[in-house]
Amino acid sequence: MQRPKIEVRGLRYEAGGTEILAGVDALVPAGEVTAVVGASGAGKSTLLRAINRLIEPSSGEVYLDGEPTGLLDPLELRRRVGMVFQIPALFGASVEEALLYGARLAGRSADPVRLLEVVGLNPSMRGRAPEALSVGQQQRVSVARALALEPEALLLDEPTSALDEGARRMIEELVRDLNARLGLTMVIVSHDLSQVERVADRVVLLADGRSAGQWERQAFFSTAGERARRLIAGRL
Amino acid sequence: MEGLQTVGSALLTLGLVAVAVALSLYERLDLEKEIGVAVVRSFVQLAAIGYVIDFIFGLESIGAVALLLAGMVLFAAWTSARRAGDVPRAFGVVALAVGVAAAATLGLLLALGVIPATARYLIPLGGMVIGNSMNAASLTLTRIRDDVRAQRPKLEAALALGATSRQAVSPILKTALQRALIPLIDATKTTGIIFLPGAMVGMIIAGADPLEAVRLQIVVLYMLLGSVSIAAILVGTLSYHSFFTPSHQIRKGVSAE
Repeated sequence: MQRPKIEVRGLRYEAGGTEILAGVDALVPAGEVTAVVGASGAGKSTLLRAINRLIEPSSGEVYLDGEPTGLLDPLELRRRVGMVFQIPALFGASVEEALLYGARLAGRSADPVRLLEVVGLNPSMRGRAPEALSVGQQQRVSVARALALEPEALLLDEPTSALDEGARRMIEELVRDLNARLGLTMVIVSHDLSQVERVADRVVLLADGRSAGQWERQAFFSTAGERARRLIAGRL
Repeated sequence: MEGLQTVGSALLTLGLVAVAVALSLYERLDLEKEIGVAVVRSFVQLAAIGYVIDFIFGLESIGAVALLLAGMVLFAAWTSARRAGDVPRAFGVVALAVGVAAAATLGLLLALGVIPATARYLIPLGGMVIGNSMNAASLTLTRIRDDVRAQRPKLEAALALGATSRQAVSPILKTALQRALIPLIDATKTTGIIFLPGAMVGMIIAGADPLEAVRLQIVVLYMLLGSVSIAAILVGTLSYHSFFTPSHQIRKGVSAE
């Protein structure tokens, strides 16, 4: 296994009297795609948000390259660890503006043509209004906008759950492609095990806010796949 | 004029309130109780303030005027904070915003010699400034609260791209300030054509020279534009902090989910 890019130790998070994360440990190796799976309410999205500190864990620690993220400036951390959400929320009057939102805030430059090419969109789209694009295209723009900050890792929170079959496939291919070409470390939250089989190198299973194991893909599907399937189906 | 000298005849206008109540009942707006409370409160409050103003006029003390205005600011902050319900620190934020807005505008009018430092000017103008600033503050505060809840995914997306909470919330602030200021800007634009403002109506009915009434009304309008802008901007800049942590995270409990 590669050295861990991200390491999660004993992570807890409580909100409104409920413990959403009740002790999560996970390793995300550098340059691999790690899937976080579990039933809805298992704490998958919360775990993702704790990694780039969109939320503050009540206890436990997340390490980025061995350094506790609690010691990093949260804005800098979020630039190093990008995030793509279920629903793409694009800012600006044009695709180009949307692409450069984060880079501009950071005072950096980025090439919109190259960014669109990386995610497989036609660069001629740069002048169009973001809302004129299909949701699948918007999602690819939101991936490109995260890439504009040249992140070391990318978190994807159920990035295909709002998409149709064709668009879903394209995002999955994009994930594989970005990993292969850029060596980008990625964490993808999914409740679809067939998707996990297509995109992930490793799997982290969550149950009721706790880690329930971590495997390489092959090992996961040969030893824990059935259990995970029942766990997810029972709660959906 | 004679008829208005007695409270009894003023009460006859309650018939018009009955129309509002009838509408509420007929359309099931569920506003009868609120209308009732508003009517009783307005009567009691106006009668009380009438006596208070009369008393302060008798004192001829600028300190007493300042005290009354400060009381109005606190009452405005309380009303507005209640309207904004669950926004943390709402009372302090509105009290500061309305207080600064009133002090700045009335202070400027006094410093420029536009109005004399007497209770006769300061109390009614102060009341208008504070009342209008309070409305703007309430509108700004509730709008920000509602939009922060409704647009949580957008806020998270911006924060995840390295935006500060101020940068992430700025489109929401912009909309809230526009919504708070537009009614007064429109009223200022159409004033004199569509409606005659209250201060001017009062002065003309009371027998003042219409041109003198116009002069005062212009002062009032510009004063209100200034103070309402100050109040809304202060409330916007001070209140958005309540929804975020210093680490640029949306606070727990902000979402309606």
